[in-house]
Amino acid sequence: MPESPPHRRRAHTRTRDLERYAGLFAERTRVMRSSAMRDLMAVTARPEVISLAGGLPDTSTFPPQTFAAQMTRIAQESAAEALQYGPTEGFEETVDCIVQVMAAEGMLPDPEDVIVTTGGQQAIDLITKTLVDPGDVVICEAPTYPGAVPVFCSYQADTVQIECDEDGMRIDELEAALERLDGEGRRPKFVYSVPNFQNPAGVTMSLERRRRLVALAQQRELLVVEDNPYGLLRFGGEPLPPLYQLDGGDFVIYVGTFSKILSPGIRLGWMVAPPPVMEKVVLGKQAADLCTSTLTQYFVREYFGDGNWREYIASLVEIYRARRDAMVEALRQHFPAEATWTEPEGGLFIWATLPEYIDTEDLLAKALREDVAFVPGRAAYVDGRGRSSMRLNFSGASEDEIREGIRRIGKVVGEQLELYGTLTGERAAVPPRPDEVAEQNVVPFRKTVEGGG
Amino acid sequence: MKVAVLKGGRSLERGVSLRSGARVEDALERLGHEVVPLEAEGALVKRLGEARPDVVFVAMHGRGGEDGTAQELLEILGIPFTGPGVAACVRCIDKVLAKHEMRAAGVPTPDWFAFNETAFRELGAADALGALEERLGFPLVVKPSRGGSSLGVKFAASWFEVPEALVSAFSYDDRVLLERFVEGRELAVSVLGGEALPVVEAIPADGDRYDFEARYEIGRTTFACPADLGGDEAAVAAAALGAYEALGCSGFARVDLILGSDGPQVLEVNAIPGLTDTSLLPQAAEAAGMGFERLVERILDLALEPAAA
Repeated sequence: MPESPPHRRRAHTRTRDLERYAGLFAERTRVMRSSAMRDLMAVTARPEVISLAGGLPDTSTFPPQTFAAQMTRIAQESAAEALQYGPTEGFEETVDCIVQVMAAEGMLPDPEDVIVTTGGQQAIDLITKTLVDPGDVVICEAPTYPGAVPVFCSYQADTVQIECDEDGMRIDELEAALERLDGEGRRPKFVYSVPNFQNPAGVTMSLERRRRLVALAQQRELLVVEDNPYGLLRFGGEPLPPLYQLDGGDFVIYVGTFSKILSPGIRLGWMVAPPPVMEKVVLGKQAADLCTSTLTQYFVREYFGDGNWREYIASLVEIYRARRDAMVEALRQHFPAEATWTEPEGGLFIWATLPEYIDTEDLLAKALREDVAFVPGRAAYVDGRGRSSMRLNFSGASEDEIREGIRRIGKVVGEQLELYGTLTGERAAVPPRPDEVAEQNVVPFRKTVEGGG
Repeated sequence: MKVAVLKGGRSLERGVSLRSGARVEDALERLGHEVVPLEAEGALVKRLGEARPDVVFVAMHGRGGEDGTAQELLEILGIPFTGPGVAACVRCIDKVLAKHEMRAAGVPTPDWFAFNETAFRELGAADALGALEERLGFPLVVKPSRGGSSLGVKFAASWFEVPEALVSAFSYDDRVLLERFVEGRELAVSVLGGEALPVVEAIPADGDRYDFEARYEIGRTTFACPADLGGDEAAVAAAALGAYEALGCSGFARVDLILGSDGPQVLEVNAIPGLTDTSLLPQAAEAAGMGFERLVERILDLALEPAAA
């Protein structure tokens, strides 16, 4: 075991006594959740644990000499500017880079409609801050991006989750929910969706559903927030047009990020919104942090100046494709026949679902004894659903770690299934032979047939 | 005095332990002691040897810290420490063992059955589950025998929910217990140096009665202290002290019990209760007019009294 780092301690402080501050906390902190589960997740940080719980892109292949050369150039040529404040909307040069990235997916935004944000996460926060009063309805997918849940909660939104299947958000269920809300006289402030390789489910919204969602938005004057961090990380299949492109930017607010195609550490994301919305968002951004990091915007400018950004994404795609393949193969080998999982054509995550009598939070405690971690499905819901599912990340671990991690999870799942079989007198689960189940396990959610519309 | 605060460890309650430890360290500093924070990790024995503390404040919860492991080491090294000794830790951490001891000593505790995984896997214990309805009735509570906070604790409203609850509980320990559910008020009695402190009552928010997770979330359970027990105070204190003594606790402990229509029933005893800013022992001490610093000082004194060792 490594030595603990030296302790830095406040001297003679009473600042840890909660009761001294309790009366000062805002009402919204009451919905910021704390639970035994959080303590459980703290254990996943142990170095010996193979963590498939994170969502970390692989930054290890970014060439250090490129990084050094670019930062040196900035230091030599623009030190004073790079160390200064910048405009709240971001630099024009950064927006030019953003326009290039969006063009690679077929979008042509007006640069005037773009604001540079501190990561895509800030864009979600600013949109919610701008649009949501306590009690307002926000609609999102079920499951949804676990990082969006605390944002919606902290603005005290009433979050309504719409089921997903392998074609993404079910638009028929969305329509039913909108009808129901109409009946209650409530108009949702926006629909939040990750249409490409969704976090956590790994599913991609079909073209037909994209068209229906956009039509619905236009017909009802409903805002849709399209969060697209993974669109360029496609390993197979044909790219689908973003909602923003289908809509033309009237009702779709677009959120993008450099985190997954360059670096999450530079904290650069962006948002494209209609001018009236943008005006308010800029005010919100001013209040939040005045401007996005000038230094990292200079870095992106230099990096795009080299013209190799597409090659770097292509190299990431190869790495992630191999890791996804390793994870899918390991799932087929080590997960029982009763389990299902998604096989995403891109992105960072696979969503696996176990028989309903398995609670993945309890399973995590068992898995941690085998030094492996995942995210229990409940983190992706606001209402306690998802108890038998888990999110598995394949971008942040090596192929060998992925194979070993899945083998360990498969082992504890197998033990629970066998125990359940013994308890109920059902046949004990026998691990499947890989070739037998290769196809049938690919169904992540129930296949659904939707009515016309 | 040089006081080492032992915290952290690998148990699932690591986070609570770190918060307890940090708060104790602050209090000890304010009291003028020399504080040595010690994370329970590989080099612990070596670091204890280097630090040579006069006494160790054990702020660990769950396995490794509350189960006698750390205490055994400290006894070998001959360093005085706070809280119960090895034997009491071993009894308290294991709910099944604790219930046997309490029942033998005449301390009321709800009826239960305990099973280990081997019984199901090799001895066909599943066939005995049918007797549960008759013997314990529903709903019943399924718990890992050794486990902290609410992790792995489930209600089973009917027979059909038992296998699922057992699978969850077995995720934390290879032994589980099925316990009769006692309807009543949820109480926690902290004992300090053999004396019961004012009783804390946990009042769950509406509809959360069957959701253990909810009880540990700020805002979803409210706590009243001292609880108004309308004449049952003596019976509750007697049950708590009976459990404390039956399990051989010393220094301090927290006894969790239910006050039902037949009087108090002890569920479990925590050998090293939490000392965070939302923990129940500090709340009880506060209600007795004892601030956190005085509580810490008193726990330290008890560790250094010859009789308490």
